[in-house]
Amino acid sequence: MSFLKIRNVHKRFGANEVLRGINLTVEEHQVVCLIGPSGCGKSTLLRCINGLEEIQAGEIRLHGDRITGPGVDLNALRRDVGIVFQSFNLFPHMTVLQNITLAPTQVLRMPEPEAQAKALALLKRIGLEHKAQAYPDQLSGGQQQRVAIVRALAMEPMLLLLDEITSALDPELVSEVLNLLRELAREGMTMILATHEMGFAKEVASKVCFMYGGVVHEEGPPEQIFTNPQHERTQQFLSSIIEAGRL
Amino acid sequence: MMESGSNSREARRRTPTPPRDGFRFALGALVLALLLIVATAAVMWGVKQTMTANNFRALWADGVLVLLTLVPLGLLRPASRSLQESRAARLALQSENLIAARVHSSEAHTWAWFTLGYAGALVLFLLFVLFFIANNVAVGRTFFQLELIRNSFGLILQAFWVNVVIFLFAGVFSLIWGLVVAIAKLLPGKPAQPIRFIATFYTDAFLSLPSIIVIYLIGFGLPLTGIGFFRNLPLEALAVLALTLTYGAYMAEVYRAGLESIHPSQWAAARSLGLSYGQTLRFVVVPQAVRRIVPPLLNNFIGMQKDTALVNVVGVIDAFNQARIIASNDFNLSAVTTVAILFILITIPQTRLVDRLVERDRARFRQGS
Repeated sequence: MSFLKIRNVHKRFGANEVLRGINLTVEEHQVVCLIGPSGCGKSTLLRCINGLEEIQAGEIRLHGDRITGPGVDLNALRRDVGIVFQSFNLFPHMTVLQNITLAPTQVLRMPEPEAQAKALALLKRIGLEHKAQAYPDQLSGGQQQRVAIVRALAMEPMLLLLDEITSALDPELVSEVLNLLRELAREGMTMILATHEMGFAKEVASKVCFMYGGVVHEEGPPEQIFTNPQHERTQQFLSSIIEAGRL
Repeated sequence: MMESGSNSREARRRTPTPPRDGFRFALGALVLALLLIVATAAVMWGVKQTMTANNFRALWADGVLVLLTLVPLGLLRPASRSLQESRAARLALQSENLIAARVHSSEAHTWAWFTLGYAGALVLFLLFVLFFIANNVAVGRTFFQLELIRNSFGLILQAFWVNVVIFLFAGVFSLIWGLVVAIAKLLPGKPAQPIRFIATFYTDAFLSLPSIIVIYLIGFGLPLTGIGFFRNLPLEALAVLALTLTYGAYMAEVYRAGLESIHPSQWAAARSLGLSYGQTLRFVVVPQAVRRIVPPLLNNFIGMQKDTALVNVVGVIDAFNQARIIASNDFNLSAVTTVAILFILITIPQTRLVDRLVERDRARFRQGS
């Protein structure tokens, strides 16, 4: 039984069909990178996996349990599947520490001291324990994004979704976020990334999926996708990336 | 940079513009200052004569009049500075010192405007004094009879306490009620449609109703229904109910604007962490929304304070009603002036607070990344 199985998922926004039959399987401890041009449905797919968007057809199963359709306990699902956004989305009226402890205390009913101790341990790990009492707008973009990742990690998710989390960052801040992801990958965290960081995908991914026109056009190990793509559209995409100097 | 030879286009030369001549403006300001010195003296003389006609003699009052007569002499300073500077500008221009001429000319204009600004304020003040002493101090007597103000002050202040109690209760209740209505209006999903409809109808209805009518209907109507609960309520409580219903609708609209201004990504972030709809509202959306809407909420609060004077239509003895009773006994409005002053005294600090909060928000927005 696969860890995550996405079968024939369709998603429409009005008349605009963004996902047109996605099929994808993810195993535990895998790092799956979704690449492809803007508007190909990478973000939408991630948002469907943790129930932020409803799907119109198909199904998604986690550990064999169906997590789409009516009657699914979305709050329970989201305890197990965390997501980190491109624009960080930290809560601006809360300190870094409060941002991290909010969900554990309110959703998991963890006692406050325990949640704080855990949050501080996580912050220490990313070298930001001195920012625990700071507010998000006092942090740099890279720091904010690392806090956002830690906020998701504090719920101890079994799957972490990362939606172009370095796209809004200054180039020099990208590496600090990617280093954290490398570490998580080494520890065996299962992750699905929508990303434009091809070098990173090449280095860390267990599997790379090229998405185009709302379907997974081509998938395979990074060596194959980046050095020997089979489909013409994949080749075009990669050559334009190379032209832009991003690979 | 390209050499001029290799470029067919002729380089344009800029001819410097001389500064505007400020001499006539300065002269005008000086004449205005002199005129106002004469006018002020004339008005103060008029005040002195009115005082004599009413057998009012006091050394301190004469002193004040003399001081006021001397005040416009201050206008001579900026006016003469303006004149000096404009002359200096002319001289600088003659010796072809364009930059110095500009500086002097600019100074001359600034000082002339200075004279004009203060002169304008002085003119308004003189007009007010003339109005006040017109018709043998009729205005002064009608609105500011000191003896009546002194004698009625205790009663008015006591009655004003009723206004304070009403607006404190109605203020707190409408802040809570408004939030409830706003959340009801924004409830998601089809099952909540009837609730949304009722909430929308309620706000629409009470936004269009004049508060005086709501107070009238509730203050007179509910006791008439004979329902035990309402019959035994004091009139003040019914007034609080009426104002809460009216201003609850205003507050609800402000809350709704605040709640809708929170970006959907905040909802997504909170829900993706497993927080329920209610938890997201309570911990993430409402706290951020309320911070943004404190100024408009306070504005509504101030509006409601003023509307507490309307409760006199159902016979609550508030400050205004008390003042009207005194006014009809003494054929004089001075007690009402007291009420007006009391309202001004409690409202001004609040409006300044609102200004401060708005400014703080703006500063944060400018600074925010």
